[in-house]
Amino acid sequence: MNQNLTNTRVMGLPSRWIYLTTTFFLVLSGFGQMPIFKRYYVADIPGLGWLAEFFVTHYIHYLGAIVFLALTAFLITDYWMLKRNWRRLTASGYVRIALLTGILISGALLVIRNLTGTNFAPELIIFLDLIHLGLVMMFVFVSLYCLIFKKHWTTER
Amino acid sequence: MGQQISRRSFLKGGMAAAAGVAASSIPGTEALAAPDESKQLATLIDISKCIGCEACVDACSEVNAEKYPNPQKPFPKMVPNRVPVEDWSEKQDVNDRLTPYNWLFIQRTDVEIKGEERELTIPRRCMHCVNPPCVKLCPWGAAKQLENGISRIDSDLCLGGSKCKKVCPWDIPQRQTGTGLYLDLMPSMAGNGVMYKCDRCYDRVAEGELPACIEACPEDVQTIGPRQEILKKARALAKETNGYIYGEKENGGTNTIYVSPVPFEELNQAIEKGKGKPHLKPVEDTMAQANNLAAAMLIAPVAGIAAAVGKYIKRSKTVSKGA
Repeated sequence: MNQNLTNTRVMGLPSRWIYLTTTFFLVLSGFGQMPIFKRYYVADIPGLGWLAEFFVTHYIHYLGAIVFLALTAFLITDYWMLKRNWRRLTASGYVRIALLTGILISGALLVIRNLTGTNFAPELIIFLDLIHLGLVMMFVFVSLYCLIFKKHWTTER
Repeated sequence: MGQQISRRSFLKGGMAAAAGVAASSIPGTEALAAPDESKQLATLIDISKCIGCEACVDACSEVNAEKYPNPQKPFPKMVPNRVPVEDWSEKQDVNDRLTPYNWLFIQRTDVEIKGEERELTIPRRCMHCVNPPCVKLCPWGAAKQLENGISRIDSDLCLGGSKCKKVCPWDIPQRQTGTGLYLDLMPSMAGNGVMYKCDRCYDRVAEGELPACIEACPEDVQTIGPRQEILKKARALAKETNGYIYGEKENGGTNTIYVSPVPFEELNQAIEKGKGKPHLKPVEDTMAQANNLAAAMLIAPVAGIAAAVGKYIKRSKTVSKGA
């Protein structure tokens, strides 16, 4: 088993595709929370009209978050139980995990904010909105960098 | 008498709200505060009492005049040019609909009550939803909900994207181009002014005063108080007059409760609706669908962990057999 795991990446092919697809829709629906897609004709493209429907983008963002949370929990547990002795996180892996942690925490607080009866301080809401957007933009840039320069999340120990 | 009672209960509620506002200034405390709908103040509007004198409309304009937009002209060129310029600065006197300069108007209609034709007049403004989508879905936090249930748009922060209007079931907020923060950012590329709507005189309420429309009404059409008390009064009034209630459940509940002598389906058909003239249709809870997914977000990580553990057990068994 050990020998088989030495060269096994943390993310298998199915996980990779679920991760990429979910991240794509999360970022798209997340940016759809701002009224920009209709203004800049993106929602006029056939098949993308939903990007101008705020309740639809909101719902899709939540669905994406559910899949993303499940996948993240799966990958962390899988790494911890099966692969941690043979693979270690790279520097870019640490950076991406730090950014994702911030995105998840701010996103979770915004979900709580949206529940009936929850009333956060306006200053906290502004902070959460900006930090969530800022971290996502940083995550997108870092991910593109890693994609272009083939930086992996983990490497052999 | 009714007005005295409403004033007393209002002042009690106002003090509770002021305490809430004071507590909210302590960083972090409000974020952890337990949901407490009892802090929300609601208004009861008895439609049968309204005589359509527009004293409330005039009082609203007078008291809130300093909050109205003062746009700079010429307006920045919009990119792309499909972005609509919305300018009410030359039409500030319009008072038969909602505009950035008119946050309350009287909707008029003729209906038949017990065989007699009668004109009903309905004060219309923001409903101040219990869970307001305009506030919760504003991408910048420019729209705020106060602990006392008032939702208001901060004109210093709003960029005028009009999302609040699109997610509002009644299309209440109204835009004025050429004013606000967007002028200091990228005026041609992003933003388009500021959205305006009734803030239920939040500044007066914070001082323990009544909203201007309530204070000015000669017929005591409106009563303000804690939401649960107002709902009790609304139900009692509806029972007493064989009336109908609107706002108790609409959009998950609002802090504006109408009681009408005719069914709201009938009233909704009779009133003039359109831009700046909101309907009186039943409204489902617009925030509920996504909020119902919140529980699934708690379960999702557990499912992920279970899947990984399952994979580990399966692999362990395979390795044992192989050995």
